[in-house]
Amino acid sequence: MAERAEPVITPALVAGLGAAALVAALSLGTVAVVAWAAVSPMRLGAGDWAAVKFTLSQALVSAALSTALAVPVARALARRQFRGRGLLVTLLGAPFILPVIVAVLGLLAVWGRGGLISAVLVHFGLAPLSIYGFRGVVLAHVFFNLPLATRLLLQGWQRVPGEHFLLAAQLGMSSRDINRVIERPILRAVLPGAFATIFLLCVTSFAVALTLGGGPRATTIELAIYQAFRFDFDMGRAALLALMQFSIGLGAAVLAWRLARDAAQDPGLGRAVRRWDCLHPLSRAGDVAILGAVSLFLLAPLAMVGLRGVMGLGLLDAGVLAALMRSVIVALMSAGLTLALALALGAAVARRRAGRMAPWIESAGHLSLAASPMVIGTGLFILLYPFVDPAAVALAVTALVNAVMSLPFALRALVPAMRHVQSVEGALADSLDMGGWARFRLVTWPVIRPAAGFATGLAAALSMGDLGVVALFADPDAATLPLYLYRLMGSYQMTAASGAALLLVVSSLALFAAFDRWGRATG
Amino acid sequence: MIRISLMAAGLALTLSGASTAAEKPVLNVYTYDSFASDWGPGPKVEKAFEAICDCDLKFTTAGDGAALLARVQLEGKRSKADVVLGLDTNLTARAAKSGLFAAHGITPKNLAVPGGWNDPLFLPFDWGYFAFVYDKTRLKTVPHSFRELAAAPDSLKIVIEDPRSSTPGLGLLLWVKAAYGDKAPEIWKGLAPHILTVTKGWSEAYGMFLKGEADMVLSYTTSPAYHLIAENDDSKAAAIFDEGHYMQIEVAGKMATAPHPALADKFLKFMMSEKFQSLIPTTNWMYPAVALKDGLPKGFAAPIPADKALIMSPEAAQAARDAALAEWQSALSQ
Amino acid sequence: MILQLDKMTIRQGDFSLSADWAVKRGTRLALIGPSGGGKSTLLSLIAGFFEPDEGRLLIEGRDMRGVAPGKRPVSLLFQENNLFPHLSVLQNVGLGIRPDLRLAREQHLAVERSLQEVGLEGMGDRMPAQLSGGQRQRVALARALLRDKPLLLLDEPFAALGPALRAEMLDLVARLLARTGATLLMVTHDPRDAERIADQTALVSDGRVTPPMPTAELLADPPAALRAYLG
Repeated sequence: MAERAEPVITPALVAGLGAAALVAALSLGTVAVVAWAAVSPMRLGAGDWAAVKFTLSQALVSAALSTALAVPVARALARRQFRGRGLLVTLLGAPFILPVIVAVLGLLAVWGRGGLISAVLVHFGLAPLSIYGFRGVVLAHVFFNLPLATRLLLQGWQRVPGEHFLLAAQLGMSSRDINRVIERPILRAVLPGAFATIFLLCVTSFAVALTLGGGPRATTIELAIYQAFRFDFDMGRAALLALMQFSIGLGAAVLAWRLARDAAQDPGLGRAVRRWDCLHPLSRAGDVAILGAVSLFLLAPLAMVGLRGVMGLGLLDAGVLAALMRSVIVALMSAGLTLALALALGAAVARRRAGRMAPWIESAGHLSLAASPMVIGTGLFILLYPFVDPAAVALAVTALVNAVMSLPFALRALVPAMRHVQSVEGALADSLDMGGWARFRLVTWPVIRPAAGFATGLAAALSMGDLGVVALFADPDAATLPLYLYRLMGSYQMTAASGAALLLVVSSLALFAAFDRWGRATG
Repeated sequence: MIRISLMAAGLALTLSGASTAAEKPVLNVYTYDSFASDWGPGPKVEKAFEAICDCDLKFTTAGDGAALLARVQLEGKRSKADVVLGLDTNLTARAAKSGLFAAHGITPKNLAVPGGWNDPLFLPFDWGYFAFVYDKTRLKTVPHSFRELAAAPDSLKIVIEDPRSSTPGLGLLLWVKAAYGDKAPEIWKGLAPHILTVTKGWSEAYGMFLKGEADMVLSYTTSPAYHLIAENDDSKAAAIFDEGHYMQIEVAGKMATAPHPALADKFLKFMMSEKFQSLIPTTNWMYPAVALKDGLPKGFAAPIPADKALIMSPEAAQAARDAALAEWQSALSQ
Repeated sequence: MILQLDKMTIRQGDFSLSADWAVKRGTRLALIGPSGGGKSTLLSLIAGFFEPDEGRLLIEGRDMRGVAPGKRPVSLLFQENNLFPHLSVLQNVGLGIRPDLRLAREQHLAVERSLQEVGLEGMGDRMPAQLSGGQRQRVALARALLRDKPLLLLDEPFAALGPALRAEMLDLVARLLARTGATLLMVTHDPRDAERIADQTALVSDGRVTPPMPTAELLADPPAALRAYLG
């Protein structure tokens, strides 16, 4: 087939490049700014190498465990239809969007020395559980990331054409056959990406690793960056460490890209997947056990957050409502921005003849996964301070940075959907000479709307829970809810803080669920 | 895209209500978060000072003392800060070296800070002792020295803060160094089995302690007073150690580049006054720097005697810091 | 009777479909009617992806209620996605013998033979993405041939092909059926397809599948519903 010559520069490409440049400026550019501001020569300390080693090892184990556990969970969710399945999927996503401190206290309420499990052990005369150390870090990271891994794998399952499962039923395939013929190829396609994403999330972890790590052994690169700023005021070292974090990110991305086999499949008819291979009571019991165990693991700490929070709700005053409002507004702005950035990047990447530019644009969108919030915040501060009052732009900066931080997850959801539209309906739209807004509104949007709803909801929830860079820009009179929560804790108001935490969890989830529903609603 | 982000920025500007019409001069006081929070001294200090200064006092916050200094250093000579309130003596050597601060020229009277005061750049506004706080109903055998703590059964767990990310954490580091000098690594080795975990900051550690995770938490001798006065709960106590207790003296200084130097001087004077000082005990939960007319509020334990106070000079603290941190890291990383 | 629909009805929301007739072994039956009329649903019912709400569905005299799709003597070809994209042509066909693909030598030969029969000799190592649309459906036919089920269901598998190619495929199907003696149920929207291959035709519209009639007779004097459809 002869390819029609097409102008290389299209509006979609320009918007995509613009978005990519913005993300690159915020993630890589801020490192350069920090390095430029450094007075002392740039060098790493001995402890920094230990930090790199610990960071890598805990992230590898955490990511491996999260993704490995997600396989049976996603499989059980994909092949079972039951009442409350949708609610369960939404709730299981909650740990991922929890603010770190809330999640840690929730986890400790179950697994800690003073937690539920230890209480039972002590009751029977046994020693309390000790989770601090490497396993504590891994436990917490699995708690945070198992839901994300499950969602990413589930997306893979949903991309399988419905006919394939019907075909499998007709051919009398057993669960094992289906696993080999259908499921393993899905995993092959989505596992490396999921692994790399979670690996990077664990690489940039800081407070979780420290709190549950049990001591300075558990020093991650991000903590070393924090130390360089705050303790040593050594910006050169901070910039070097940030670069180190980026190289790790690059390595992970390249590895994932090489391992992933893009199983570009024809889209199916979207029939509800019914399965005949897993009707056996044992198979059913297995799935019930898996889903039950995972729900318990993920939801028990949340329940404890809720339980403790209820008592604190009464202690909150009007200030918390103002903080909540601010957070919701920031979250909405941030989510809108994320969606806009993701659409711009997605449109550039999913073009029919995207060319060699596409992988670069798409990678740029993921840069923030390996970025250090501390470096972004400081870099922006150095840049903006001479021109504006940091407090005046605190919320805008927070919204922007949060948007960029959630972008990788939005892209994960949106880009496959946009590619799908392009491959299925792109030719038809081309032939009708549909372009620009009409094409987006009539062809692209209806198809990607569920993915867009999910991505926007996730971005909003992540922004709700994230302290992000706001600490450096904070206006004392305009605290967001997470900052308000930290302030309560810093003033001995632990019970009230539990109430604020509950409020935060509920509002984050509500925002997520609202967008997710909006995406799936027809019309 | 650009239009959207501009709109976002504009919206944020209107939301934060950044600029109030300011006929009065604005005194910018940089401080740490919990000082300016609704539960800290901030709001009352603001009201009291504005009543006498014919100015608008505006707080700008950073996470804690060290973050505060980092912020001022980032801003450098362009800073609009008049007063920086909330550094401690472990930071003042670095702060002095930055050249950003001006002499206060005040000779404080009735000072209640053990050991006296003669820093030309910084004035103390409150102080306290670091201490391990415990719950009397849970911990029966209370250690009364680092050595006793080290010798206690391994099941006695403490939670401490990381010196790299927290003020009390750094205080503990220097506490052990001041008390034990070259023997500090030995003490840390002895403490290691008792250290349940190390947290990023005071809030996490104290929260974990209150939830029953650990038997003791690194905090202040004044922490039990909070529970007694604000919550009517007398179950918390601070373990008094034979080695003495390391002091935290919190200070404020005037910026050399202060846009309103006269107002800044006025604020520092106000800071040393009875009005300001009487707010400190039950809002910042520390000892006031100046002796109060009516003494400490009921429920505040009298400070331990001055001869039990340990502290390094700012210069000594700055010099000892890095080596002490390395010792700490290596002792706890084994 | 190979297939009996005994006062059978299925309901899905507002939609319902009923049928009450039977088909003799060796019949080649076309199902024709407007889209959304339930043609594909009928095939799904026979294949076992749905169960009827009322009445019975018998194949070779056996009530199929509760019989899993894989246990029914039926092969079904969809309009698309009949192949697993990451398996070779050989493997895709081999699935028809053993879903775990542990094929003995003679089974391999059988796969080769059936490929030969659909005109894809020597293409066993290709991947589905390397084949044309018509070739992909030939692979699916080869698999159906190998499974050798007495009932072959085609859900418009050639709709996407050009007229000449479609005719060629229908002739191929006719040839294969002549050899195996299987019974054919084919969904189509084109009366010419029915004329070409089906001796009987049933009309699916208004929630009902009419009893099959000889195709030529039906098309010569179409009832009102069919006339409306044919335009």
